[in-house]
Amino acid sequence: MLTVVKQGWSTFKSIFTGMGITIRHFFGPSVTLQYPDEKMELPENSRAKLYVNIDDCIGCFLCARACPVNCIDIETAPATADVDLGKTSTGNPKRFWLTRFDIDMAKCMYCDLCVHPCPTNCIYMVPDYEYSEFDRSNLIYSFSNLVPEQVADVKEKAEAEAEEKKRQREEMQKAKAEAARKKKEMEAKKEEERSEKDGKEKGRAPSKPENDGGE
Amino acid sequence: MTTLLNIPLVIHLALPLTIILVYALVAIWGERKVAGFIQDRLGPMRVGGWHGWAQSIADLLKLIQKEDIIPANSSRFLFKFAPFMMFAASYAAFAVIPFSSGYIGSNINIGVFYLLAVTSVLTLSIIMAAWASNNKWSLLGGMRSAAQMVSYEIPTIATVLTVIVVSGSLNLMTVTEMQSGNDILGFLPNWFIFQNPFLIVAFVIFFISILAESHRVPFDLPESESELVAGYQTEYSGMRWAMFMLAEYADMLLLSLLGAVLFFGGWNSPFGDFMSGPLWGFFWFMLKGLLLVFVMMWIRWTLPRYRVDQLMHICWSILIPLSFINLILVALWELIF
Ligand code: SF4
Ligand code: SF4
Repeated sequence: MLTVVKQGWSTFKSIFTGMGITIRHFFGPSVTLQYPDEKMELPENSRAKLYVNIDDCIGCFLCARACPVNCIDIETAPATADVDLGKTSTGNPKRFWLTRFDIDMAKCMYCDLCVHPCPTNCIYMVPDYEYSEFDRSNLIYSFSNLVPEQVADVKEKAEAEAEEKKRQREEMQKAKAEAARKKKEMEAKKEEERSEKDGKEKGRAPSKPENDGGE
Repeated sequence: MTTLLNIPLVIHLALPLTIILVYALVAIWGERKVAGFIQDRLGPMRVGGWHGWAQSIADLLKLIQKEDIIPANSSRFLFKFAPFMMFAASYAAFAVIPFSSGYIGSNINIGVFYLLAVTSVLTLSIIMAAWASNNKWSLLGGMRSAAQMVSYEIPTIATVLTVIVVSGSLNLMTVTEMQSGNDILGFLPNWFIFQNPFLIVAFVIFFISILAESHRVPFDLPESESELVAGYQTEYSGMRWAMFMLAEYADMLLLSLLGAVLFFGGWNSPFGDFMSGPLWGFFWFMLKGLLLVFVMMWIRWTLPRYRVDQLMHICWSILIPLSFINLILVALWELIF
């Protein structure tokens, strides 16, 4: 009998304690955010979407190589000698045209690994999270600021220059080879002459030619 | 009273129905709001503008358009019939509820008896729905609800009986009229809850039992969603399901109103003659009933659910002995004072 009373008492006590807590929450403020009407201010370093400040990119591929899922697709073309691409805001000289810089946000897993290797801090996350699409291919973001004609033009120039350089290099190599050949011939001649001389002076100084061999 | 009988039958039919329908729309929205606020949320906010007041109306429109699915292996007639029977049972019981001093559906002398008898048809319709669905979850839910309602009917009846001992009448209108006036300690209204300390105990038992009878948490075993999907409602969809929902909310209101009549003076104003009259009476009556409904919702979002054996233990070894002892004590009190 006593235990029943005790149990009953503790039951009612716990029920009323619980009800006290719930009624406090009933009148307390709600934490709901009426989403499309009100939006939460995301912290600055939140990872929501990648952004590339293409003016600062030096085309070093470090970000693309860091990405574990290969969702950064970069293509570069070296700048020809007649253009100066200037410098990035961090002072690094720019030497490449970025003919393609695509990031597939559908593949991205927001690991932030691409952000840190960048030498010019030009690839980073921005707190913009409302970019859902009906078609997955729309999630590929292109950051290159070159129009297709420019891309073609730049590539052509770069190729032409590369060709030119190659030709020059080949010529240079040829010239070098020629020079080397001539030098060799000359040396051979000299050697002959010397050995002839040596033959005449054999008795006087037998050890000398070995010392002169390096010349 | 004779003038009441001249009111056309249509009004007698339509008035409680209107009250139930409007109440159900408000209560379902209110329940979601209460749940939201208690959990520090806002609940429905979009439909209709201010705090999503039209949410239940939108839900109703959606339910009307839904397909009425009847399982192939069900017992078709019983399956179709059960929801209507369930609603009819809780609707019929409203006939003896005195909504105000000027309106009662049927002023019969066995009002409480009729009410308790008619509401036990609810159990029957739940078993009917459960059995006809031919589904294990439904059947389990149905069996549980049958066991639960049969058990909890006893303490309910015992506590109602304690009030009848005090009032000496089964007519709910007479019971209410007996509670008019403000005589207790000079200012308290003459409500039964204040008249006799044992009636407070009776009210607590009564409230626990009606929680169980209307399948509210912590006694919502027949439709415990975490274990039985939705209990006897599992196979129902569309408007038939809505009928169950409606009947359940109507049952909740009915039992709360019964509690208000038996213990809180029905349509009597708490301030004596101030703000009394048929319309004010209706207001006070609904206010008392809705307050009890609110407490039911409040409990729902506070307490966890009992196990079946605990449920039976509470009923058979605590509430039933207690309510009978209490009945005797109230009777003795009435004899002595
Ligand atoms: S955040 Fe990670 S997955 Fe996304 S692009 Fe950068 S490295 Fe790749
Ligand atoms: S690491 Fe930075 S500079 Fe290098 S390619 Fe990526 S974005 Fe451009």
